[in-house]
Amino acid sequence: MTRRTMPRRTWLTDSPVAAVVLPIIGLAVAIGLWWGATIAFSIQPYLLPSPWDVVVKFFEQPGYLLQETGTSLLETIEGFLLAIVIGVPIALVIVRSVVLERLVYPLLLMVNSIPKVAIAPLLVIWMGFGQWPKVVMVLLMCFFPIVISTAQGMKSTPTELVELMRSLNASRAQEFFKLRLRYAMPQIFTGFKVAISLAVIGSVISEFVGATKGLGYVIQQSGASADTTLAFAAITLLSVMSIVLFYALVLLEHWLLPWAREKR
Amino acid sequence: MIRLDGVGQVFDGREGRVTALEKIDLHVRGGEFVTLIGRSGCGKSTLLRLIAGLLPPTSGAVQVAGEPVTGPRRDVSFMFQRPALLPWRSVLSNVMLPVEIDKGTGDRGKAAYRDRAHQLLELVGLQGFERRLPHELSGGMQQRVSLCRSLIRDPQVMLMDEPFSALDALTRTELSEELQRIKMELSTTIVFVTHSIEEAVLLADRVVVLTPRPGRMREVVDIDIPRPRSLGQNAHLTEVAAISGQLHALLAEKESGEVRPVDEVRPR
Ligand SMILES: Nc1ncnc2c1ncn2[C@@H]1O[C@H](COP(=O)(O)OP(=O)(O)OP(=O)(O)O)[C@@H](O)[C@H]1O
Ligand SMILES: [Mg+2]
Repeated sequence: MTRRTMPRRTWLTDSPVAAVVLPIIGLAVAIGLWWGATIAFSIQPYLLPSPWDVVVKFFEQPGYLLQETGTSLLETIEGFLLAIVIGVPIALVIVRSVVLERLVYPLLLMVNSIPKVAIAPLLVIWMGFGQWPKVVMVLLMCFFPIVISTAQGMKSTPTELVELMRSLNASRAQEFFKLRLRYAMPQIFTGFKVAISLAVIGSVISEFVGATKGLGYVIQQSGASADTTLAFAAITLLSVMSIVLFYALVLLEHWLLPWAREKR
Repeated sequence: MIRLDGVGQVFDGREGRVTALEKIDLHVRGGEFVTLIGRSGCGKSTLLRLIAGLLPPTSGAVQVAGEPVTGPRRDVSFMFQRPALLPWRSVLSNVMLPVEIDKGTGDRGKAAYRDRAHQLLELVGLQGFERRLPHELSGGMQQRVSLCRSLIRDPQVMLMDEPFSALDALTRTELSEELQRIKMELSTTIVFVTHSIEEAVLLADRVVVLTPRPGRMREVVDIDIPRPRSLGQNAHLTEVAAISGQLHALLAEKESGEVRPVDEVRPR
């Protein structure tokens, strides 16, 4: 008996149209099942609203919900960018110095292991009710994957390429910019993609505490008034936001790193 | 052109000290083609890295063009067993990498080098591939790009570490012939490491045979077959075969009375 070791290549695996259509089909099936369940078991909307209820809910107050989405989106992006601005340089420093790595790593691990929900109220106490505690929460959430993947990427440069640069008498800066950083980019992007989903979660968590705006706030309020449908509308918007941000990064990577595409 | 006097190299490995090279005295004349053969782990790559200035010798002296080697030199190029191309750079800009890294080249100089790059790519049959990325090329084509890169600055010395060993027999023969042509045209001094005895004989003016660990000079064999040489149709098969046999015996034979070192370490 022969076994296929390579996945079979067909229109479904190779066509760009299929790359868009397949996820949509997957989503449609899931929503269909959800809808079917609410009808088949005649589930009460306050327990589980049907997709249609959720859509109707959204159009009752689209302006308001989109505005709250915008608030959460802004916090997410600000925190994420801040995590890049702080995380990438820290990773670069760690990679260069074993001493610093040993000093800083346990600290990073400790910060990362703190349950973020637990410090959300503290952030409010420290930074007030404005935007800062939210941005910082997002930063804390996505900081770690960015540092780890950047550090990992910077360490993955093949020795033969390093030797090549040496043999060409490249300066340290040239070796860094023309080789190591470039080589690390795909792995750095992997960290970004992990981080962006966590960033969205971070913004919601922070909006549960001491907030008057944002989708997290909407969800919390709808819980208080048992408006499950509104909560679902907000959750849906959150996941749409998360997906859009993720694919924006995928597209950016595709565009910036065309050479990394064919690695599979 | 290249002078090694009593060169030795000892590594402090994780499993103890390894003597990679011992008492190497070698003088390579300008324009000469020397091939290095020896068992795996006998220190061939180490020897090349010493000449390239990538590694300081633990004993002895290395000179290139009459100057002691203190680091990588501009007029010495190194070609590796693997293509070592930067995956995000096109074929052309991979070939141009050495020029780009050398800050001393002005814009006019760069333009001239770019013409030279096109010339070299054409020479190895890669015209039309300038804008491709490495992953779009076969292994043999990538190695040709690597060859062009090591030629771009018209080096006086080329150090080549089993550059063709990952290629199929036919491509290998083709590239060997190309290399001979290039060498005759440019009168570059070449030190070429190989596992293949036939390749060593085909390419070399002199073959240096190293002993297994620690690497010492076992024998230096002059090859007087007229160039260009080929293993193809108009073959120098008989001559090559005769010398190959001799070298084979040298490689296989244990040096009389030699006890293998106790601190011997498995190859990495
Ligand atoms: N950086 C290093 N640290 C420790 N030991 C090393 C180092 N580089 C090489 N060696 C050792 O030196 C010896 C010679 O290595 P080298 O790579 O020069 O062999 P080689 O002749 O090129 O082998 P091959 O034909 O397999 O490429 C080996 O025993 C190897 O383990
Ligand atoms: Mg070697």
